[in-house]
Amino acid sequence: MKILSKFYVGIIYAFLYLPIAVLIVFSFNDAKSRTVFTDFTFKWYEKLFTNDIILGAFANTLFVALVAGIGAVVLGTFAAIGINAMNKKLQSLLLNVTYLPMINPDIITGVSLMLLFVFIRMELGFTSLILAHITFNVPIVIFNVLPKLRQLDKNVYNAALDLGCNPSQAFRKVILPEIMPGIAAGFLLSITYSFDDFAVSFFTSAADSQTLSVVIYSMVRMKVSPEINALSTIMFVVVLFILLLVNIYNARKNPAKNELQKGEG
Amino acid sequence: MKKIVAFSLAIMLFALSAVSAFGYYSEAEGYSTEVEDFDYYQKFQGQGIEIDVYNWGEYVANDSVNFLDVNEDFEALTGIKVNYTLFSSNEELYTKLRSGGTNYDVIVPSDYMIGKMIGEGMLQKLDFNNIPNYKYIDEKYKNANFDPNNEYSVPMYWGVVGIIYNTTMVDEEDLSGWDILWNEKYADNMLMFSNSRDAFALALLDLGYSFNTTDETELEEAAGHLRAQKPLVQAYVMDEIYDKMEGGEAAVAPYYNGDAVLMMDVNEDLDFYVPENTSIFIDSMCIPAGARNKEAAEMYINYMCESTVAAANSYYVGYSTPHSGAFELLDEELQENEIAYPDDELISSLEALLTLPQETSSYTDKLWTDIMATGGDSVVFQAIFLVAVAVVYFVIKVIDKRIKKKRMSYY
Repeated sequence: MKILSKFYVGIIYAFLYLPIAVLIVFSFNDAKSRTVFTDFTFKWYEKLFTNDIILGAFANTLFVALVAGIGAVVLGTFAAIGINAMNKKLQSLLLNVTYLPMINPDIITGVSLMLLFVFIRMELGFTSLILAHITFNVPIVIFNVLPKLRQLDKNVYNAALDLGCNPSQAFRKVILPEIMPGIAAGFLLSITYSFDDFAVSFFTSAADSQTLSVVIYSMVRMKVSPEINALSTIMFVVVLFILLLVNIYNARKNPAKNELQKGEG
Repeated sequence: MKKIVAFSLAIMLFALSAVSAFGYYSEAEGYSTEVEDFDYYQKFQGQGIEIDVYNWGEYVANDSVNFLDVNEDFEALTGIKVNYTLFSSNEELYTKLRSGGTNYDVIVPSDYMIGKMIGEGMLQKLDFNNIPNYKYIDEKYKNANFDPNNEYSVPMYWGVVGIIYNTTMVDEEDLSGWDILWNEKYADNMLMFSNSRDAFALALLDLGYSFNTTDETELEEAAGHLRAQKPLVQAYVMDEIYDKMEGGEAAVAPYYNGDAVLMMDVNEDLDFYVPENTSIFIDSMCIPAGARNKEAAEMYINYMCESTVAAANSYYVGYSTPHSGAFELLDEELQENEIAYPDDELISSLEALLTLPQETSSYTDKLWTDIMATGGDSVVFQAIFLVAVAVVYFVIKVIDKRIKKKRMSYY
């Protein structure tokens, strides 16, 4: 049984990581082929750093993800606080309304946003792209912040007022630090979603604002350039590095907690 | 600490927006191409003009190390900023233009899409006085059937459909016309176009009809022909063809000559054959009706028709150039390559695919869907699907039972 379970875990991780491994290997391939490995080279990395189209799209993606993430965090956090203060019936109604855009297929969100922008005669560009990204990011933030608010003891806020805070101070000094982990998680997830998004970006971007995913997709006819493999490899390594750092930092910060967990396990 | 973080974030955002939104050149410096008439390109210098270009992905030279980064070079030469964006299919381009909300100054549709857009009034007539380099475009590629008086388009690349085959797996005697794609010897070793227009064109050609036919009986006959071919086909593909042919996973496939040249660089066993009755494709530069800077757009088109630029593009992309000056600059080996540049007589005799009337194209689509839906494989897939559904149902039931048991044990 134990061998079987190890085998199972092995297969799962192979499924998850084999495609990435292939991608990384072929970023060092001399030929443009995706099947025949001819020679080891760094040339795609060199080319990547002189390729204005890919780098420009990457900068666009990063910019849109960050701005939309910040916008969504602001809107989403206040929305979550408002929803949390409502009565049960209204709350469940609003939560269902919030779910809807999340289960809606991206392509519908994209097309409907595009139609909206065209209808109100707004020219497509960075503004429309960022607004669209904020739109699908807000529910993510709400659903990350709301559980933190629910955990919060309602009396804490009143206590802060009692002890001399005005409402804005109470929010900044008491509520905000408590729900910060939820906000941070919502922000990071928003950025991830923005990075991933193709359908919505495709419909709402214009000539000056194409994102990386749209550019990669456009290469389908002429075959996707291995420079994309190189870029993906770099992104993978950076994310891996950040994750390692965060984990090491956490392990150092809470050695006692980890010991406890080890003891349990 | 927090303030520092916020501040550096703001700086980063500003830098990013500066990179992506601003930055045009004020004087012509740092450009590297030889141009015919330098003064012509100085007209918009320092005026902060921008043009929006919508082109296929990987379709202009974009490698300042080995070739030339044409957009950067154009910006340096003229002071016009190029917002360069990419699409992956003619239909994508069409949808984006039709839906509104964006304007483009230069677009690069293929033949049939040009015909369709002209028909729908989506393109502007070009002022050829602003495109003096048009004279370099070879007569063979002018006045094609989709733009008969050549008022709307300037050809950029062209190619022909042919058969790419693996010489170790294919008997060259079998190569006559399109018959090899119906040859049972290559059952399960054959690839085929996955879009209905190209697939029907091949079937019609093999039957000796025109690929621009609107005759329903001819189309039905072609559908029958495709149905007969289906058991022989290993896969219906588009660009996966590169991987399959380069990796030797299939023996024969229809595709474009430019791509064939690229594949043959990777796998030496591959070769290309062009049947006499085939179709030509021509991708051309056009200016859509909503363009904001028509004259600057024409300048861009003219720049693309500089011999050195067209040659760099052709080298980078691998597609054949219709530009006589660029052709002169190519390697002799490539000039004489009969796959990239088949003989003139053949090219002059070829026609491009046209947009079919609405009824014909929806009829073709219906026939194609029928062909794809029937056949041996789908029974196996249906069986697998049913088994999968049963397994999932069973698993869910077991889990559900466990959860219920657990819940019971809490109380």
